Amino acid sequence: MSAQPLIYARGLVKRFGEFTAVDGIDLEVAPGEAFGFLGPNGAGKSSTMRMIGCVSTPTAGELRILGMDAVREGPRIRARLGVCPQLDNLDPDLTVRENLVTYARYFGLSRAESRRRADELLEFVQLSDRANGKVEPLSGGMKRRLTIARAMVNDPDLVLLDEPTTGLDPQARHLLWERLFRLKQRGTTLVLTTHYMDEAEQLCDRLVVMDGGRIVAEGSPRSLIETYSTAEVVELRFPGMPEAGARHAAALAGVGKRVDPLPDRVLVYVDDGDAALAEIHRRGLEPSSVLVRRSTLEDVFLHLTGRTLVD
Amino acid sequence: MVTTLVVSRVSPGRVGAVIGRNVGALRSGPSYWIVLVSGFFEPLLYLLSIGVGVGALIGNLTVDGRTMSYASFVAPAMLAVSAMSGALAETTFNFFFKLKYMKTFEAVLATPVRPIEIAMGELIWSIVRGSFYTAVFLVVMVSMGLTEPGWALAAFPATVLVGLAFGGLGMAVSTLMRGWQDFDLMGTGQFALFLFSGTFSPVRDYPAVVEVLVQVTPLYHAVELVRGLCTGVLEWGLLGHVAYLVALAAAGVWFASRRLTRALCR
Repeated sequence: MSAQPLIYARGLVKRFGEFTAVDGIDLEVAPGEAFGFLGPNGAGKSSTMRMIGCVSTPTAGELRILGMDAVREGPRIRARLGVCPQLDNLDPDLTVRENLVTYARYFGLSRAESRRRADELLEFVQLSDRANGKVEPLSGGMKRRLTIARAMVNDPDLVLLDEPTTGLDPQARHLLWERLFRLKQRGTTLVLTTHYMDEAEQLCDRLVVMDGGRIVAEGSPRSLIETYSTAEVVELRFPGMPEAGARHAAALAGVGKRVDPLPDRVLVYVDDGDAALAEIHRRGLEPSSVLVRRSTLEDVFLHLTGRTLVD
Repeated sequence: MVTTLVVSRVSPGRVGAVIGRNVGALRSGPSYWIVLVSGFFEPLLYLLSIGVGVGALIGNLTVDGRTMSYASFVAPAMLAVSAMSGALAETTFNFFFKLKYMKTFEAVLATPVRPIEIAMGELIWSIVRGSFYTAVFLVVMVSMGLTEPGWALAAFPATVLVGLAFGGLGMAVSTLMRGWQDFDLMGTGQFALFLFSGTFSPVRDYPAVVEVLVQVTPLYHAVELVRGLCTGVLEWGLLGHVAYLVALAAAGVWFASRRLTRALCR
């Protein structure tokens, strides 16, 4: 029983009229795993999440969640899911606490149990002092925390998070990651979508990169970077870009594992940024600005699809 | 067959939870109370200004051989209107707002609750709101001597049915709304019904074509049913009005839950 995947998809397809949002993907997510979908907007992440959340019917393919058929047993599956949507859809007519109590009632919890659960979760997401206030004055980070508390109200076996930290400031992101990490430690299975490699690295055991409705790569965050990028990236800007870009790229050949001329800058993929910089100076190149940074999703993505992330 | 299948899977607990959300809104502060209370006054003001005020100029009215004060003629119509506007306000403005802007239902559908359960819960709540209006309105009518207490008790369930019918209709209309501009259109339609459904003058005095047209529209049946009961005129024809209103409610909910599924479960 324990070997049974929580999510099992084979040849999953979602079409909206002529448009194919999800183009035949295979997935397996094990209990206790933290699994991520990476990709640009329009890659099919949200459509996939909506199918897993049993609010959208697959056009074709097989999809089983918690061992049940996603099409026929939607309500029974949803009873055991927690969903944190991309856009906050908290109820502005209700107080912070009432948002949780009301939501718990949709899952059939008794009134007393709903209240108990609401107070416990407000504590967990550090919103107890805002319990009787309305939702509207809350900051973006607080709203997102409340949405996550709401997703936990039925003590779910599987939590779906669609871009949980998009639009949040750094403090809010870190607080949220810390809370999600605790959930993960408790053994809750997390499935999330994200734009951010650092988020995926913080939270995901395993992830897939989606593009154009397909899965283009799969692995742990580390293995993806190792396979498709390098440890560090040197970003160079030169006077006279973009015309001069190709010339500078040629001059940089051999400095790193790969050189990518973009319209506004040249990326050099290297294992050691400082050593590469020394080599660049040794060759007498004079960039107008230099940035050495760790590899990110952007780099993996650039390599996989040959273009930058579009928002 | 399909209908029984759908209805058999409806969970009363989940429908109750959808209703509970609106009770939660009442618990959350004064803003929703203000909306609820203010909705009550419009029909009452019409009763006083036109029924009583204009009625004093008109004197008595003879309809189908029965003579009554103009206020007693107008009052049941205003009662039906308050049932209508209570249910419509809830299932149009509030329902549309929850559907389109607040994304309330999107959040609800991530739980075991299904579209038909949302539709039924919201409909029942709209009837609760409409019935709160009509109950108070009936007390006002009895205290003004515009109907007898016994007939008022008989009329009350009829106003619940009126709320049910307009609630179903309103919800169906809401799912077709594209934006706020459509509410102006709906407002005009609602006002036309309000003026010409035999509310302020007997439908039999209208030109024949208009009379037939009016008899197709819902408020006419609501007014005739409620007026028959308030004035103590029981005829078999009242059952026809009941049938019309029941059919309207059923069609409205069925249509709305289908549209809701289409809109939210893509």
